[in-house]
Order: sequence, then structure tokens, then C-alpha cells
Amino acid sequence: MTARDDILAGIRRALNRGPVPADTKAAVAQRIAAHRRNLVPARAAALNHAGRVDLFVRMAEEVQTTVVRVASEAEVPGEVARYLAAENLPAELVMAPDAALDLIPWEARPLLQIRRGRAGPGDAVSLTPCLAAVAETGTLMLVSGPDTPTTLNFLPDTQIVVMRAGQVVAAYEDGWDLLRALPAMPRTINFITGPSRTGDIEQRIQLGAHGPRRLHVVLIEDAERAAEHAPAAA
Amino acid sequence: MQPTSHAFPLNARAELGNETLQRALGLARTGFPLRRQQAIERLPEFEALREEGRAIKDHTLANLDLYLEVYERNVTETGGQVHWARTAEEARAAVLEICRSVGAKTVTKGKSMVAEEIALNDYLEANGITPIETDLGEYIIQLRHEPPSHIIAPAIHLMKEQVAETFRAAHAELDPTRALDEPRTLCDEARTVLRPRFLDADVGITGANFLVAETGSSIIVTNEGNGDLTQTLPRVHIVITSIEKVVPTLEDAATLLRLLARSATGQEFSSYTTVSTGPRRPGDLDGPEQYHVVLLDNGRTGLLGGEFQDMLRCLRCSACLNHCPVYAAVGGHAYGWVYPGPMGAVLTPALVGVGEAGHLPNASTFCGKCESVCPVKIPLPKMMRHWRERQFAERLAPPVYRSGLRLWAALAQRPRFYHAFTEIAGRVLGWAGKSRGRYRALPFAAGWTQMRDMAAPEGRSFHSLWAERQRRGRRG
Repeated sequence: MTARDDILAGIRRALNRGPVPADTKAAVAQRIAAHRRNLVPARAAALNHAGRVDLFVRMAEEVQTTVVRVASEAEVPGEVARYLAAENLPAELVMAPDAALDLIPWEARPLLQIRRGRAGPGDAVSLTPCLAAVAETGTLMLVSGPDTPTTLNFLPDTQIVVMRAGQVVAAYEDGWDLLRALPAMPRTINFITGPSRTGDIEQRIQLGAHGPRRLHVVLIEDAERAAEHAPAAA
Repeated sequence: MQPTSHAFPLNARAELGNETLQRALGLARTGFPLRRQQAIERLPEFEALREEGRAIKDHTLANLDLYLEVYERNVTETGGQVHWARTAEEARAAVLEICRSVGAKTVTKGKSMVAEEIALNDYLEANGITPIETDLGEYIIQLRHEPPSHIIAPAIHLMKEQVAETFRAAHAELDPTRALDEPRTLCDEARTVLRPRFLDADVGITGANFLVAETGSSIIVTNEGNGDLTQTLPRVHIVITSIEKVVPTLEDAATLLRLLARSATGQEFSSYTTVSTGPRRPGDLDGPEQYHVVLLDNGRTGLLGGEFQDMLRCLRCSACLNHCPVYAAVGGHAYGWVYPGPMGAVLTPALVGVGEAGHLPNASTFCGKCESVCPVKIPLPKMMRHWRERQFAERLAPPVYRSGLRLWAALAQRPRFYHAFTEIAGRVLGWAGKSRGRYRALPFAAGWTQMRDMAAPEGRSFHSLWAERQRRGRRG
């Protein structure tokens, strides 16, 4: 008997069942196919979209993600350059080769050196899109793919995520729905809630254990809310 | 590792006198419980989620064979491979075979309790493959050749000075005069030393917090990002995990994830929750070329369908350790194997035998805190009692203890004798101890009086006072 058959037979013996009845099998298949939601906390689910965006920002900041809200794509290169300068980082980054990021007028900041591709050991700063952002806990949801390599999320010291407010969803379950709408399940889904951290020495939290020390979100407002922002200084 | 749980009483006594350990445990005692409390107060649905979490696990366990079959099918369909292992030995052999098939020399590892359970590191090393732990706590204890003392904070028994000493000895190539006074500098040094190891490794091994039948995915939850570097950079990703980790759907995983971090560290959500499905896809620029899951039983089917089945719900969050007065006093090493605290006191006898680990379910005050904080409501005290019963039934306890219990049972089951006996004993002890008010030693109770004095009984017994009160109540 193979280990597999032996273990499964052992389980059936322990559960006191002989041949599995067809309706039990069908019930299991049905439960999986339905993938019904369990209780989803009201915290984010009860809010309207603007409220969820605000909650996402608040929860993300609570775990040391920094968030800057800008009115449009046009402001993104300036904000990225400002952030790098403020953190005393070189104006050099490796960017996901994702078409969504092509809409941003990077040529407005010619001093920003951008390489597209996966991250290597020498890369200090990465810039990526995300699939969604979960308001409930200030969590970014990123998926792997030819245009969004996973190394960008872990090798560099600093990760910048550019996203639209419209990508904020209430709960993880909304993320699963987005995932199921993709053509295929990606190899890796990363839920990221703040920069890397550890409390392994005397329970004192240190940021940047192995992954990024800094996580910066540039959040592009929805058109109707963009007007609330004063034009960014050039 | 070879269990030393039979030596718990000796281990515990030594740990109580270990000043450094007591300082380290002092830091742990307040931190985790306080943060957990704050986190659950912010989530009004927490209690309802515990009920749902329990129901999800119970449903899955009641159909474990079917969910494992679906899980395996979906792993295979997405290009991965499942290796079933009845025993620790089979699991180790499966890992070694995969490593050898790609000519692996070094293996990076994310934290995995199942890997500890099967003593994977020693085995790989003995077979010429270098395992490198990458979780900061695991890395520290690997350098010190120690087992973990906590299931999510493996180096919780150490102070920073000990870590500094360990790093100075292990990182001999670095400037010996460098400052290593702060957790920050220690953390940075580990990061710098481990980075090239991540990049060079041939195989990356992680555990899994959950397996999802619906998608054939494994999920890990970490804060450092080491698990992600471990499973993204090498050519091969091996998940070493056990059969009870499977849940039906992604939705079910989400519910359990809401319970896990809050119960463990008191975080709303851990920094990184990662869902992995199969190897890299065509066109992907990174990720492993092979994805293997080693699925371990190692005695778990033996718990199914019996009085210990509830233990298979365990999420390995560590809330029961963090709230346990016994764990807080002696730390994790005293338990003598890989799973300490209340969950270890129930699981260890099941996995290594009650003959070896019979002391553990006895090392409890039965305060019930563990059950009250368990995110999936495992009745830990009840199961410790079951182990005690088994220990008694299997004649594993010392004869004096057994005959004492038998004597007690005979007395307690005959109320009239019991009342007469306690009445007389109370009077005699009260009279004889009147002058001092307490006893330093009593016949047949040296074990008890060794640590404290017994107060001399004063006046009448509770039973007679209660009976009188009832009589008066009826009259009034």
C-alpha cells in the first residue's frame, strides 16, 4: 500500500466510514464550488467607497506604511522623486514591466532612472502596481505574473506601490473575487500589511528584518475626489 | 529531536532557577496577552469568528479524506506535486530525494514547526546538505544548536546579550570590535549575513499555515519576509506540512486568517500573508521551477474520531502558551520536545507517547485560560484530563501516586465516610497545630509541604457550616 492510500484509509477508518456515499462527496464538491462567504466584519463592509479609502489609509499608516494621496497620474513621478529625496535615497528604481504603469508620465522626471523587470540583489528601490488594497487592515494585495515579478516585493530595501483609490476593496473576500476573475490563478499572491518586521529579539519590533524597511503607497484619487487636493507643487 | 519530556520535573526546576531565562520570560508575559486583548477589543465580531473558525475546522476534519483528495488533485493540476508521508522518516526521505534530484548543496528554510517535529535539519546535515534557517529567531537558535522554545517566537528565551555573543562567535569574519548592543544592530547583521544565502540556495523549504483544497494552494503567514525570499529565489520550493492544515476554500482561509494574527501577536494582520499555487507560470520572471508539498501524518490520523480530535483544529497561534502560568514560569525548553505549553501538553503525548510525555498534561493548574483564548476553542484542559486518565489506566504513573489516587477515589465516592474522615482529620490537625497555627511537614504529604506550609484548620469544616446555613435558610 502506498503512503497515500494508507493515510486515506486510516482517515476513513478513524471517521468510521466505509465507501464514501455519493451525496457526501457531492456536498463537499458543492461547498467548494459555492465558496460561500463566512462572516465578514462590518468595519469596512459597512462603509461607502470613500470611507473605505480613508480606512485603508488609516490602517496602513498604523503599521508604518506611508501613504501620499495625489490627484492624478500626472503627479505620481513628482511624488516618487520627492519621496526618494526626502528619504535620502538615490533617484533610481526597478519598476514592474506592467502596462498600467505606462500611463504615468515618467518622462516628466528625466532624472529618475528607471529599469523595468524583476529585482536583483543590487536594487534598492522597487515600484509596483497592486491588484487591490483591503481597507479592513490596510493590506495591499499583489499577484505574480510576467508583468509583476514577486522579487520586487521582497529584495529591495524600499517598495513604492502606485495604486488608484478605485482599487480599494472592503475585505479579503473581495480580493478572492478579483482573483477568480483573472484568466488563471497566479503562482503567488502577496498580502502585504506594512514593511517587513521582527520582534524576535526581546520582543522589540524592528522594521526591515528581511524584506523592505519602507513601504510607500502613492494613492491616486478617484476623479470626483481629486478636486479636494490642492495642485501639487511642481 | 529526541524528546526529553520525561524529565519535565527536573527541567522545570532548573529553568525556575535560570535568571536570564526568567528575565526573558518576564518580557514575554505581558507583551503578547496585552496586544491580543487590544486587537480583539477592536473587532466586535471576534467571538462570532471563533465559532465559525471552529465549525470550518470541524467540518473539514469530518471530511478530511475528501478534502485532501481535492487538494491533491488541484496541486497536481497547477503543476505541483504532493508527497504523502506516514512518518517523520518518510517525510525526511521525501525532502532529501527532492534535494538530491536537483543536486542541492544549500537549502534555505522559513520557520516550520513540522520541520522541527521531523528533525529535518539534522537529517539534511547528516546527508551533506546545509540547511539555513532564515527566520531571525530560528537563525539564532540554529547557531546555538538549541530547539525553539516557543512556536512563533523561537528565541523568546534569550536576551540580546546572548544573541550578541552568538553572533560574535558565528560571524567570525566580521570586525570583532563592532557594536552589537541593540536589537537593531543584531537584526541588521542577520539581514546582511543571510542575504547572500537566500540568493545562493538551491532549494527553499517553508511550512504552511493553511492548505486550500479549492485551489491547491499553500498559505504562509510571516512578518519578516524571509519565507517569501525562501520560496521565491531558489529553483525548487518544498512545502513541509501536515494533513490537518487543509481547509475547503479561500473564504474559509480568510476567516481563519482573521483569527490567527490577532491571537498570535495581537496584530490586525501579519506583515506578509502569501498564497502559493504551483511553480512559476510560463512568462514569469521569477519564482521556483518546481513546487512540492510533503504532506505528513505522523500520528495525526490516530487523533481523528477520538477524544483528541479537537486538537487537530489547532492553528499554532501560540495564544495558549502566551497565557499559560506554567509556560510563563518555566519556558518552552522544559517541555522537552518541539511543542510546549498547553497545546504541547496535549499534542506531545499523542505524537511521542504518553509514556515519554506523561508529565506534560500534569503540568497544569487547570486555570482554563488556554481554552478561553484559543481562537478555535480547543478544550485543552479537558484533553489534559483525558491524558491523565489514560496514564492512570495504562499504569504509567508511579505506584505511590496510583494508590493515593485510588484511596482518594474510594473516600470521595462515599460521602458519609468522607465527611466523617475530614471532620476527624480537621479536628486532630486543628488541635495539634493550635500553638503554631501551621505545619511545616505532614506525613504522606512531603511533596506538598516541601514548598509551603499547611495552615492548621480552624473551627468547623465547610460542609458542616454549609449544612447549618441550609437548615437556617429553610427556617427563615
